Amino acid sequence: MYIIIAGAGKVGWNLSRELIDKGHEVTLVESDRRRYLTVERELEHSVQYGDATELWVLERAGIQRAELVIAVTGDDEDNMLICQVAREKYLCGRIIARVNNPRNLEWFRLLGIQPVVSATDLILRLIEHEVPQYGLVHLLDLPGEHLEIIELEVGEGSSAAGRSVAEIELPDGSLIISVIKDGAGLVPKGETMIDAGDEVLVVLDPGLEDGITARFVADSAATGA
Amino acid sequence: MLIVGSGRVGSAVATSALRAGHEVSVLDEDPLSHERLDIEVGGNWEDAGGQFTIGTALEVDALLEAGIEQADVFIASTDGDNTNLVVAQIAQRRFGVDRVVARVLDPRRAAWYAEQGLHTICPTQIAIDQLEQAAIAATPS
Repeated sequence: MYIIIAGAGKVGWNLSRELIDKGHEVTLVESDRRRYLTVERELEHSVQYGDATELWVLERAGIQRAELVIAVTGDDEDNMLICQVAREKYLCGRIIARVNNPRNLEWFRLLGIQPVVSATDLILRLIEHEVPQYGLVHLLDLPGEHLEIIELEVGEGSSAAGRSVAEIELPDGSLIISVIKDGAGLVPKGETMIDAGDEVLVVLDPGLEDGITARFVADSAATGA
Repeated sequence: MLIVGSGRVGSAVATSALRAGHEVSVLDEDPLSHERLDIEVGGNWEDAGGQFTIGTALEVDALLEAGIEQADVFIASTDGDNTNLVVAQIAQRRFGVDRVVARVLDPRRAAWYAEQGLHTICPTQIAIDQLEQAAIAATPS
């Protein structure tokens, strides 16, 4: 596969090396002259000097035949625009963008740039998994498909504890798909009882977390007391 | 009218719009650019009726504080093409501002984004056209 990577920082450089090792053809584009010269000593003709937000630089790198464009510069605006022109002007089938500031995630989505990779977000997810707040863990996100799967611990005194699955009123667009009791998972039926200490897996439309969490978290925890 | 980026161009446009009786809000990350506006209006920018917000163009809170939801006209005139192109698309797509104009120095991208429906102004292209005209006018044929 022919791959163009914009930005020869640690991520871009290492990614290029790995992809070349796997047999792919890679052109790495770097706009800082000194950095370019450093990287060029190892990657030689696989790295080009230039600003990948400029169309002629992308064209010189052969964007017309690129099957994948990866924008991993340290600047979110640059990453957004590189991917935008790659897809919309040069009709490149696959793009991957790095998000430096998670607050800009909204703008990547607005411009239709996906998938995106955010190191901050990944680490936050790991922290969430290790130290679940209110017992909520994101297990799977499929933003393209508008689906998430979360895991929740049923709190003592929560509105769900002591009720059957059928009795728990969840927001439209969400469904309990599994109940884990004493470490053993089962696919629930309507009459399956949910008890405090159980864990439940819920599939949902993104954004419904709060409405769902409210059913499974004991009142005192939900208010932060 | 919301103007993001108050350098020489942004501040001059902001001032003439204010003088023409429009409601003008300026967003810039550099507090110093407020002084430029003061000098342009010959007094205090706020006293003259203008609004000023400190913040970066991509911060949604700064855009909201600067009044993007009420804006009929949005001008992206920071010193960075990439910032202008992104924030102009945000104004257009997320906030539905009627008239959005972006300053883009790179002629090729200005032309391409214009084809995609974004109103771009390219000072470089204007300079090229005028220099060509001046050169041709000055050359005896």
